[in-house]
Amino acid sequence: MNWNWLNRNTDQILSWLLAHLWLAALPTLLGLLLALPLGALAFRYRWSYATLITLAGLLYTIPSLALFVVLPGILGTRILNPLNVVVALTLYTLALLVRVVADALDSVPPLVRQSATAMGYRPIRSLVTVQLPLAIPVIGAGLRVAAVSNVSLVSVAALLGVPQLGQLFLVGFQLNFYTPIIAGIVLCLLVAGVFDTIILVAVRIATPWTRAVSHR
Amino acid sequence: MISFDNVSKIFGEGDHRTAAVEDLTIEIPTGKITVFVGPSGCGKTTSLRMINRMIEPTSGTVLIDGMDTRSIDAPKLRRGIGYVIQNAGLFPHRTVLDNVATVPVLEGQSRKAARAVAAELLERVGLPESMGRRYPAQLSGGQQQRVGVARALAADPPVMLMDEPFSAVDPVVRAQLQDEFTRLQAELGKTIVFVTHDIDEAVKLGDAIAVLAVGGRLAQYATPAEVLSHPADDFVADFVGHDRGYRALSFTVAGNLPVRDEPTLLLGSTADPSLVPPDAQPGEPYWVLVVDDATQPRGWVDARRVTGGRPLDLQDLVLGGALVGPQSSLRTALDAALSSPSGRGVAIDADSRVIGTVAARDVLDAIEKARLAPAVLHGAADQRTVRAADDAEQAAAAVPS
Repeated sequence: MNWNWLNRNTDQILSWLLAHLWLAALPTLLGLLLALPLGALAFRYRWSYATLITLAGLLYTIPSLALFVVLPGILGTRILNPLNVVVALTLYTLALLVRVVADALDSVPPLVRQSATAMGYRPIRSLVTVQLPLAIPVIGAGLRVAAVSNVSLVSVAALLGVPQLGQLFLVGFQLNFYTPIIAGIVLCLLVAGVFDTIILVAVRIATPWTRAVSHR
Repeated sequence: MISFDNVSKIFGEGDHRTAAVEDLTIEIPTGKITVFVGPSGCGKTTSLRMINRMIEPTSGTVLIDGMDTRSIDAPKLRRGIGYVIQNAGLFPHRTVLDNVATVPVLEGQSRKAARAVAAELLERVGLPESMGRRYPAQLSGGQQQRVGVARALAADPPVMLMDEPFSAVDPVVRAQLQDEFTRLQAELGKTIVFVTHDIDEAVKLGDAIAVLAVGGRLAQYATPAEVLSHPADDFVADFVGHDRGYRALSFTVAGNLPVRDEPTLLLGSTADPSLVPPDAQPGEPYWVLVVDDATQPRGWVDARRVTGGRPLDLQDLVLGGALVGPQSSLRTALDAALSSPSGRGVAIDADSRVIGTVAARDVLDAIEKARLAPAVLHGAADQRTVRAADDAEQAAAAVPS
């Protein structure tokens, strides 16, 4: 471990860390926002479930490097534009979460759904104010996987030259020098840990009823 | 009044078509409890759900007060109909108070106003207001069921649909909920359609009973007494069960049973075997009725087995069963005699004071007499068939005022 090298490059590493944070966080959020309506669609209409889940599965199998290379052509962006990374990772998150959202909604007890209908809820209102809140624990669990996987996927974009923690792996590889690689791994783990904790806490705050203990 | 007009519901297509409800025509009277009862697969829940359009009929019409339910926007229709679902179906993520406030909030009331109404309703169904802050998971099954009833009542709907609301709780709690429900209905006078597979519950709660057979055929529609005493066909007789004759006695007031004088002992007084008269059957227990200061019955004591000189306490007593009051049915009277260790049923007055005892053979005589004479019945109107009651109502309505 070469502490001097780390000291000399602190500023650079910090700016990569910041870039890494938002490059991983933004697609996670966008992917979730897109997955909610699509997942709800897949849940509500059985015919769309198979189609959407298959499409999502295919999307997820496209290698990330290929997607990073192809997207500029499709989007008309320059290869170094971070937007490519955001779009690619949003698609991966979406692919992961469509199924999660659909299955999470499916996990809501049918009796509760029927009861909302019987009370006179319209479908959208029932979905947003009854079923979605009850699906939060399952969606949260899926979101944690997506967020952590995004943290690791972002670093692949280093091959294109997009600045973030992945650059540390390139530098280490090119110089045959382990210090930046170890630093990169540790920082990636740290970012993943922070994301995981934030999601965990958010789910906890949003679902007070799950901790309501029986005191009959 | 809710009317089913040739209503059928077919599930599936082609070879897999099954009729859940077949050509059902029935009129459900306003302000009464009508019970749909039948085995599983008889289409009782399907029929219930066609009233608030959770299930749409394949053919036929459902009318509420003459209005075709299809002409009303389904969610709006449902907000005007209380619904108590099996296992309560409460929203787990909302507090009890907010669960009860559901429909008023949907109707556009402010959350504050809706919660105020909800708090009152909690009290009405016998729950402390403090329970409003809890989540459903923190309540017992019986409490959840009460919240379910409160939620259905929140918008004060004229019609209530109840789908096996008490089936998921233990028998003791169920009996309690049924009694409270009967009391509540006496105050509210809602038009209630109640679904159950339990004929005892149907007989206990219903003003009228619709017995449905598998495939959604209406086998009989009549008062509970009528269903028990004159089942329309073998299916109904079978469904009602073998002791229907005995249970039908519930609907006849015992009336003027001969009440015999019964010597009593005061609880706390001293008793000893000298109480047993010399001509009593030797070797047999000699039962004496024990009462408290207010002459209310507490139990029976075997005078041969008390140790002399000690005040009688509750530990010495063998408890009797049912008591025969002024309004008791023949069933209760017979049960009182049969469940009493002495074979004599304790008769009480309106203030629960002992007035004597009733013998089983006297009850049997009364049953014989009731069979021969036109029955003396609980609330005479209830005992006619529903159809007849409806006709009478219509006739009354036709008289110009």
